[in-house]
Amino acid sequence: MKQIVILGGGTGGTLMANLLAKKLGRREAEITLVSNSPWHLYQPGWLYVPFGWQEATALQRPLKDLLHRNVQLHVDGVRSLDRVGKTVSLGSGKTIPYDFLVVATGSHLHPELVPGLAEAADHFYSEAAALRLREKLLDFKGGTVLIGIGGLPYKCPVAPLEFTFLLDDYLRRQGLRDVTSIQYTFPINAVFTIPTVAELAEVKMREKGIAIETFFNLESIDPARKIATSLEGSEVAFDLAVFIPPHRGAEFLWGHPIADADGWVDVSRTSLQSKVDPSIWAIGDTTNLPISKAGSTAHFEGPVVAAQIVSAVRGQVLEPGQAEYNGRVMCFLEVGEDKATLLDFDYSAPPMPKEPSTLVHFEKLLFNQAYWHLVPTAVV
Amino acid sequence: MDNVVITKESDARGSFCPGPLMELIRMVKGGQVGEVFAVISSDAGSQKDIPAWVAKAGHEFLGSEPAEGAMRFLVRKAK
Repeated sequence: MKQIVILGGGTGGTLMANLLAKKLGRREAEITLVSNSPWHLYQPGWLYVPFGWQEATALQRPLKDLLHRNVQLHVDGVRSLDRVGKTVSLGSGKTIPYDFLVVATGSHLHPELVPGLAEAADHFYSEAAALRLREKLLDFKGGTVLIGIGGLPYKCPVAPLEFTFLLDDYLRRQGLRDVTSIQYTFPINAVFTIPTVAELAEVKMREKGIAIETFFNLESIDPARKIATSLEGSEVAFDLAVFIPPHRGAEFLWGHPIADADGWVDVSRTSLQSKVDPSIWAIGDTTNLPISKAGSTAHFEGPVVAAQIVSAVRGQVLEPGQAEYNGRVMCFLEVGEDKATLLDFDYSAPPMPKEPSTLVHFEKLLFNQAYWHLVPTAVV
Repeated sequence: MDNVVITKESDARGSFCPGPLMELIRMVKGGQVGEVFAVISSDAGSQKDIPAWVAKAGHEFLGSEPAEGAMRFLVRKAK
């Protein structure tokens, strides 16, 4: 009987465990999921928390309730990975052996990497931060709100854009838009990385009177003077700063042979297999692939890895081209005024977003609820 | 660019999001002065966008060359 171990209880890890449990019999494999938290979180929901439009408590559910009965859950941190001995050591001291390993430990926030960021800037990429920003917005009476990216890479690439548009909505509803200057900054020479999206977003920003500064890569923040400085030499003063913190892979991966110094696992862009170890795969945010770090990515990657592991367990050989990830990602983009559009792309085709509509906005809200029943449970 | 030793390279072909320029910025920001970073891009905009950021950020654009059916862009971190 083969031992399959999955590290991480987020979107990728949970659906991975469930996919394998559905496909493999109890006599074929023992499936173990290790998560450092008993909770499964729906991170995209935090976008709405600062505006009071979403209760934070509804964005988490017990991980065990989402798992197939054949999955064994260990709630514990990963201390180290021994790929020679094929074991994972947990924080409690327990050691778990594996034949096949899937690393899905996600991406983690490190605001301390940018001087002044933790002290002077807010964000919505964690429950605590989103709630703190909620408090600040409740007290906000006007001034300059500066939005930007505090480090690369970062998960959910469209979220800062969405936050900007939703903030505009929020301030208008509060009667504060006329006394607020919203300034959006972005690391490259456009408001977003995808040209079709950047075009659509820039038009909306100009319509809504949102100021834009591109080629802005945050270098430091002066908390006393409330000034953000970019490596390109720009200095911008603010009253409220919302900067997405730098991200890193899980700590046990920093400098590990399967990953780089920042903990991003080096994998094939099609098979998602580790380039140095054929019994290890990685999905979701934790890979080093230059693609969107998003739940959607993990959602499309999961079945690809599951097919390979099932074949490996059964000693079957896959046809060339079978079980390959084609780069597919699907993301909603909220543009404010209860309108949204859908971005659907892969390695060979960029997204061609339709004109934002109320229908797609409600599809996103529906998805936010349906997620629990469909995605981590591997129903779709 | 035969004499250039590349410290780190990223294959960003077909990467629409975050895209080759963001990937290059990520590597340069995380690197040491003097190191050379390369990104392989299938994005037509990279010819213009990459040298533009390199100039604005004060690094050294070493040029581009065909690679893997796309283009490889090389940058040396200068500060």
